[in-house]
Amino acid sequence: MTARKAASTLFMGALWVAGLVAVIPLVLIVYYVLLKGLPAVHVGFFTQTAPPPGVPGGGMSQAMWGTGLIVGMATLISVPLGVLTAVYLSEFGRGRLAVGVRFVAEILLSTPSIVAGAFIWALVVVAMHSFSALAGAIALTVLMWPIITRATEETLRLVPDELREAALALGVPRWKMVLRIVIPTAGSGILTAVMLAVARGFGETAPILLTSLRNDFLNTNPLQPTDAVPLRIYNYAQSAFPAWQTLAWGGAITLLGAVLVLSIGARLLSDRQQRRLG
Amino acid sequence: MSDLQVIGLNAWFGADRVLGDINMKVEAGRVTAIIGPSGCGKSTLLRCLNRMHEEVPNARVTGKVVYGDWDLYGPDVDPTDVRCHIGMVFQRPNPFPTMTVLENVVAGLRLRGHYDRASLHDNAERAMRLAGVWDELKDRLNRPGGRLSGGQAQRLCIARALAVGPDMLLMDEPASALDPISTQQIEDTIQELKETVTIVIVTHNMQQAARISDRTAFMLRESHDRPSALIEYDETRVMFTAPTDKRTEAYITGRFG
Amino acid sequence: MEERSTTRSVSDAGVPVRRRLRIGDLTLRGGTVAVSLGLVVLLAGLLVVLATGAAPALSQLGLSFFTSRQWDPVTNHFGALPYIYGTLVTSTVALVLALPVSIGLALLLNEVRSKWVRNPLTVLVDLLAAIPSVVYGLWGLFVLAPALNTYLAPFLARTLGKLPVLGALFVPTPAVGNMLNAGVILAVMIVPIITAVTREVIATVPADLREASLALGATRFESIRMAVLPYARSGIVGATMLGLGRALGETIAVSMVIGNGLGISASLLAPGYTIPAVIANEFREATSTGLQHSALLALALVLVVIALVLAGASRLLVRRSERGFR
Repeated sequence: MTARKAASTLFMGALWVAGLVAVIPLVLIVYYVLLKGLPAVHVGFFTQTAPPPGVPGGGMSQAMWGTGLIVGMATLISVPLGVLTAVYLSEFGRGRLAVGVRFVAEILLSTPSIVAGAFIWALVVVAMHSFSALAGAIALTVLMWPIITRATEETLRLVPDELREAALALGVPRWKMVLRIVIPTAGSGILTAVMLAVARGFGETAPILLTSLRNDFLNTNPLQPTDAVPLRIYNYAQSAFPAWQTLAWGGAITLLGAVLVLSIGARLLSDRQQRRLG
Repeated sequence: MSDLQVIGLNAWFGADRVLGDINMKVEAGRVTAIIGPSGCGKSTLLRCLNRMHEEVPNARVTGKVVYGDWDLYGPDVDPTDVRCHIGMVFQRPNPFPTMTVLENVVAGLRLRGHYDRASLHDNAERAMRLAGVWDELKDRLNRPGGRLSGGQAQRLCIARALAVGPDMLLMDEPASALDPISTQQIEDTIQELKETVTIVIVTHNMQQAARISDRTAFMLRESHDRPSALIEYDETRVMFTAPTDKRTEAYITGRFG
Repeated sequence: MEERSTTRSVSDAGVPVRRRLRIGDLTLRGGTVAVSLGLVVLLAGLLVVLATGAAPALSQLGLSFFTSRQWDPVTNHFGALPYIYGTLVTSTVALVLALPVSIGLALLLNEVRSKWVRNPLTVLVDLLAAIPSVVYGLWGLFVLAPALNTYLAPFLARTLGKLPVLGALFVPTPAVGNMLNAGVILAVMIVPIITAVTREVIATVPADLREASLALGATRFESIRMAVLPYARSGIVGATMLGLGRALGETIAVSMVIGNGLGISASLLAPGYTIPAVIANEFREATSTGLQHSALLALALVLVVIALVLAGASRLLVRRSERGFR
């Protein structure tokens, strides 16, 4: 009997070890990013552009603007598309088309991000004969659209049917019921979905690598190659210059910070939303 | 207010015919109760009266429901129009959580395009007085509508339904989720409302039906391969003291249900 | 009746004037259907574009695309075997490392009753999933890889490297980037998804099965072995497949630590190259003339088809596992 008990205790101990092992990298990553990145972060980091090789200092401002441009465009495109798809699945979709659309969304969610990049590279970049921020935005949309759809559909389904019935019973047509009762009630849930998608958009490198390439200078033209923070980090990290490597760590801080803030914020909002409806 | 005539009504969920050839006349200005054991189709019948039944996928209705001289299931009739005349209150109170008390009451009006604040406020006050909730909530008009007690929330929902101006109100077990005091308040409200609004109430509580209704309909689904039927429909006094049908008597005396 | 200031859409005589279907309903429904179809078209477009782009290379090179070791843009001969090998090896290493951790964590989250442990742990794992892969790569390149190279690699070379067959896996090389490091960083990256799906699957095991086993006097360990794992088995396989799919497609972090070395070597401590990495590294030079452009698209097509198959199979397995209790 004691042998069995010992085995069980050992097993539970192993489970705890597994838990710790899983989580320790997060701590280590945050620690090292802060440790190595803080030296790079000063006002100039946000205002200056890429320095020449070997020269210390400089910043990532062109990359930040570029990220803003690319992710901004991607968000503008993918939010309406994602929400409308979710509205269809939640409010109208019964039968085979809805099953198909949901399946397609799930497939797109598991598509490797470099494949999305290759797709838009082959389609848009080759057709336009140029890398561009717009192509980058479209590549990100391929990834962000299903994320927004799935999270928004879940949040729309959380709106109790009783509210829909109450609205219909008041003599309100279905379309008004959806737009003015269901969606506002789901409100912050949709915001959460967008936040999660934007967090993903900020962090993706491969799709914009293949579509927006890079740019050492600030670019506001969406039809031109544009820099982005993850691209810079990818580039500088593998360079031979310590100054650039430090900048890479600085970029990592801003990226990690933005992504963590969005993810934690989304979670807090979602908890509050569940409390409100549940 | 008009009488409502149900003529040869059948209702289906998919291939399952749940209501079979229902005929009854709901008299204006009176409270009509529909009673019967669970699964007997009382809620379904109620929902056919304001064309809510067909909102469920694969649900179907045949027959006629005539309100005054208006054929509610006529070919060109928009269900949303029907629901402006025949309102509904549901079993669980369901105020809109993102709206204030006032916004809840006038939600039906606002969504139909009425925006004049003064008239909306007047309508709200009228409806809330009718529903017996004005005094309690008049100082909380701008508080969130989702934080009320069960009884208050349900009377808020009654006010919301009344604000649209229906002259018939359908109530689907409105007090079954409430405590006894709130239930009493709802029953009092119903008594006061019947002067101005015809009321049809579904209830599983026979004593409630006996207390508040003028006429009572007893429904029963005797087996699963047959649809529900209206067994007996009479003045409440008569129904509860000298029912005609044996099955009614069995239900009322508690032998089943 | 009191007078009201509401307007009625129907005259008091009760004559209806509206059409059966409202324009608003039709527009909303039509619009959302159209957009949803757009999503389907997007996926179809992706597959079509990749397939047509890959066609020249695949038709000209045939099977040798998958079996040849030579990848040479100059002679227009493209063999993807080294990349396939590197992808498989790193993903396998990642799975071997990640599975015990993920399953253990999922079981732990199911066993522990205290909210104070479960909630923070869950949040931390979710945050792990949110970290961008370039940050993983940066950390892997400057922190993890040096640590592994300094401590783990020599240790493995000294111990396991001396064994007869297994030893070939741990022959040391002077290279900084190697497949073991890539496998380790991949493992960290796929733990969240395997854990999340495994948790879902384990949560559907009915509580009374667990309780019945405990009532028989089983220890926690035995109860999990008897009541949980057998039923969750196919779901766990499904979760593994999803993790594998993620590992196969990971580009950035892997390409930063794997060394990007051509050639196939048996040792995990040697550099390697994966399919996504070569796409990322060579797309710039690939002009539309020559087959390189097409070959890279063929690689992308292979990736997406495998990821699709894995996702589909995984879904079936997870569903089957969750349904198995009715």
